[in-house]
Amino acid sequence: MYSLSKKSKVVVKKEMTWSEKLYLPAIFQGLMITIRHFFKKKATLQYPEQKKEFAAVYRGKHILKRDEQGRENCTACGLCAVSCPAEAITIVAAERQKGEEHLYREEKYAASYEINMLRCIFCGLCEEACPKDAVYLTEELAPASFDRTDFIFGKDKLVQPLGTSAHPKTYKPYKK
Amino acid sequence: MAKVTIDGVEIEVEDGTTILNAARKAGGDIVPPAMCYYSKLKGSGGKCRTCLVKVSAGSAKDPRPMPKLVASCSTPVQDGMVVQNITSPEVLEARKGVVEFLLINHPLDCPICDQAGECHLQDLAFEHGRAKTRYEEERRTFDRIDIGDKIQLHMTRCILCYRCVFTCDQITDKRVHGVLNRGDAAEIGTYIQKAVENDFSGNVIDVCPVGALTDKTFRFKSRVWFVKPMDAQRDCTKCCGKTIVWMYGNEIFRVTARKNKYDEVIDWICNDCRFEKKNVSDWNIEGPTKIERHSVISHNKYQIGTKVNAPKKIGYGNITN
Repeated sequence: MYSLSKKSKVVVKKEMTWSEKLYLPAIFQGLMITIRHFFKKKATLQYPEQKKEFAAVYRGKHILKRDEQGRENCTACGLCAVSCPAEAITIVAAERQKGEEHLYREEKYAASYEINMLRCIFCGLCEEACPKDAVYLTEELAPASFDRTDFIFGKDKLVQPLGTSAHPKTYKPYKK
Repeated sequence: MAKVTIDGVEIEVEDGTTILNAARKAGGDIVPPAMCYYSKLKGSGGKCRTCLVKVSAGSAKDPRPMPKLVASCSTPVQDGMVVQNITSPEVLEARKGVVEFLLINHPLDCPICDQAGECHLQDLAFEHGRAKTRYEEERRTFDRIDIGDKIQLHMTRCILCYRCVFTCDQITDKRVHGVLNRGDAAEIGTYIQKAVENDFSGNVIDVCPVGALTDKTFRFKSRVWFVKPMDAQRDCTKCCGKTIVWMYGNEIFRVTARKNKYDEVIDWICNDCRFEKKNVSDWNIEGPTKIERHSVISHNKYQIGTKVNAPKKIGYGNITN
């Protein structure tokens, strides 16, 4: 048969010689390969003490950003929810009342913003759809839990804490 | 009868028909967009200039082209007229400019606006406009005004198409709603923010091509692309009772009048139907609305199509009838 990779070898079954029948040279040859690996750089990390650096485009847990004055950017336009292929986002909008101008940037805000982390596939389409620079996927890992209800992230878990700064254009997590 | 050719499509219409209506009769891509013209409203049209077309031959008797682009909504056809709409780059360029003018004072607050998704200006700008604005000056702003307790007026978003003014003129015998001031300062209004007290005043919401007049009972409740339009009707003593209810699950979020392909109201509905009847039990729901209008709102919704029958026998790799 014609070989596509041209790497195939024709197997010939022939009688073994006396030294091959001893098997000892082959065993030492194999042990040498194992021993060589003791001195190589390890591929594993001692997680969670050691952590690997993420790729620049890593997409993790979401964050709802605030602007420089600490007001929430999200205006509950629903574009993230409509772009979400997993239908993980649910938003309830509300009108900003007088005296709340320091809390919300626009006339309308998200009274509730929920992401079902079990449904979310971390594709980042919500981030791309957002016209208000509000939702970003950070480098943080979404935490594990034993309870399903813990995976519905509300505004308490998503909104950037007050007094923190998150770089708007990168995926870096916010610093506390 | 007059024979006109619009973008190569020949159509015979009655004398006195406007170019826009002749194009609508032919249908398809050759229909010019219209922001102010509304076939149900007498006197509407000629204000927004989005329907500009090129007349390359005036008539059979006088085949000279018209010197300037004309507004197709207010120019009557003549026998032998040759009109260019999308086939003329001049028209497309002019339309681009018109969109830019309309957007000069528009706040572009689509993420907040309740009209987003069914807004004509959004569609128009998406299809004909530039992606970026060149305008650097300050945009005019107005405070929000309540027209009655059910209608919200966002004057900042208004493009001064006068449709609501004509609607109010048509539904009331005295003038209650009009345009105040002139030029850049012009704004629609009811004197001293008086409520338009009429059973049909809610129809100004439906005729508004942008989000200037919106339903306060639907304000920020949902987005139009999340709610499902359903044809519904009820016995109403004041109006025809035939409406579209916008539902989410088993909940009615808002009620609007039924609209045709060009998003023009077919029959006015009363305020009672529009604002008060928000229970499913109030309505006899016929079924999902078939949206014919070309807009984002028609996406992911029901479309009129022909039923395709599956072939009788489908084998692996060969389909036989």
